Amino acid sequence: MSLEGQFQKVEEKLFQNRYMVDSGQPHIRITPHDKPSKNLLAMTHLCPAGCYSVAESGQVELTADGCLECGTCRVLCEESGDITWNYPRGGYGILFKFG
Amino acid sequence: MIDEKFDAIVIGAGMAGNAAAYTMASRGLKVLQLERGEYPGSKNVQGGILYADMLEKIIPEFRNEAPLERRLIEQRFWFMTDKAHTGMHYRNEDFNEEKPNRYTIIRSQFDRWFARQAQEKGAILLCETTAIELIQDAYGKVVGVRTDRSGGPIHADVVVLAEGVNGLLGARSDLRPRPTAQQVALAVKEMHFLPPEVIEARFNLKSDEGAVIEAAGTISNGMTGMGFIYTNKESISVGIGCLVSDFAENETSPSELLEAFKKHPSVAPLIAGSEVKEYAAHLIPEGGYKAIPQLFGNGWVICGDAGQLNNAIHREGSNLAMTSGRIAGEAIFQVKSRREPMNADNLALYKKMLDESFVLKDLKKYKDMPELLHTQAQNLFLTYPQLVSKAMENFVRVDGKPKIEKEKDTVTRFRKARGTFGLIGDAFRLARAWR
Repeated sequence: MSLEGQFQKVEEKLFQNRYMVDSGQPHIRITPHDKPSKNLLAMTHLCPAGCYSVAESGQVELTADGCLECGTCRVLCEESGDITWNYPRGGYGILFKFG
Repeated sequence: MIDEKFDAIVIGAGMAGNAAAYTMASRGLKVLQLERGEYPGSKNVQGGILYADMLEKIIPEFRNEAPLERRLIEQRFWFMTDKAHTGMHYRNEDFNEEKPNRYTIIRSQFDRWFARQAQEKGAILLCETTAIELIQDAYGKVVGVRTDRSGGPIHADVVVLAEGVNGLLGARSDLRPRPTAQQVALAVKEMHFLPPEVIEARFNLKSDEGAVIEAAGTISNGMTGMGFIYTNKESISVGIGCLVSDFAENETSPSELLEAFKKHPSVAPLIAGSEVKEYAAHLIPEGGYKAIPQLFGNGWVICGDAGQLNNAIHREGSNLAMTSGRIAGEAIFQVKSRREPMNADNLALYKKMLDESFVLKDLKKYKDMPELLHTQAQNLFLTYPQLVSKAMENFVRVDGKPKIEKEKDTVTRFRKARGTFGLIGDAFRLARAWR
């Protein structure tokens, strides 16, 4: 069942959060690829912060600024080498006000 | 940066890490605690329910000062279909006891308080410090950590890995595997703010009383998952979580699943008019007993979510984390008191004590449940809720149809959906996994 289009967008949800963005130092990187793997492509739906998207060229892109550091993409895509996953530097990234 | 050597370095200032740091520091050990967030709790997410008994065993007087939201007097389980829910509610005035059994908490506040207790006992806490690597000696014994701060490595006799479900250190050093998609659920949660009196009216509560709703059914789109609604003092936590493997297979967006849950006619009135102040996501260990990695070795122990110590059936995690942290601290203290090395042989004491505690006894009891829930997701989360809902409707809707026909309809629906042997098999499988 697709729920797309009916609800509040993820970007609007992320506005309520507090972040300390480490500009120019994304903590997750996508390995350059021609065709995305099944799991990497799934992240475009799965990422709860909507960080993953499909570019016109068909490759999967990542903007990690809104990352909630849940680790879902690490579980699905790190072992295969699709991505590299690190923590943001200490003090950076999502800072939960409530958690 | 730090030249001195510590008795123990604790990675993380969540439930497990704070319990371990507190336990060791209060027994006179020299403890360094590392937290990558700006403050303890800033990277942590929980529903969240605090179980008093396990905290009492660490800080008996915690009720006097810990930031607690509401004491829980009512538990609701909802079996949901698209437009209905069949509920089982348990409310008991005895929960208004002098020392209540369960409270809702807000982790960023609670973790700050808990970490401060450890500091007051002498633990040194370094925030905004990410541990990036374990240091091992020539024999493979863990002897310290490297952080992302300037300066060299920091040394200790033992490292307590309380780094959470998504901890990197243990996996990087091959001490534990990265969790698989079948072993973790992804949960998303929002904080909905409302005046306390509105929350109390909507949930039928008096001041400081709280209720929780845990819901399963069609809300998870046939995936293994659960929704939850917890009352805090002036906010309501609303969330939903499903197995990552199910999310991946169904290509479902968790944020849209949460939106659909919030719009359910049974849920929407509870949160109507609220102001949302945060949107969070976190993984929950769901692998159970069979997914628990090796929990100790030469110079290291693993506590809490990092060790998959979570009881998915009872939705208990923070208490297992807290207890494993406390037990690790006690075991390390015992080894230290005997002036013996922090090697695997001696640290096996931690596992032995954990085996004897409720932590591993409970997880062992439900060792077959995760598999059952994963393989029977369609039945448990789609078919049965719809059957139950229809049975209830047949029972309560009055429309002139003879009751005998209505009962027949209910029985026929169950038989048709699962078959007589299917029904018996489901009951048998559940009973076997449960005991």
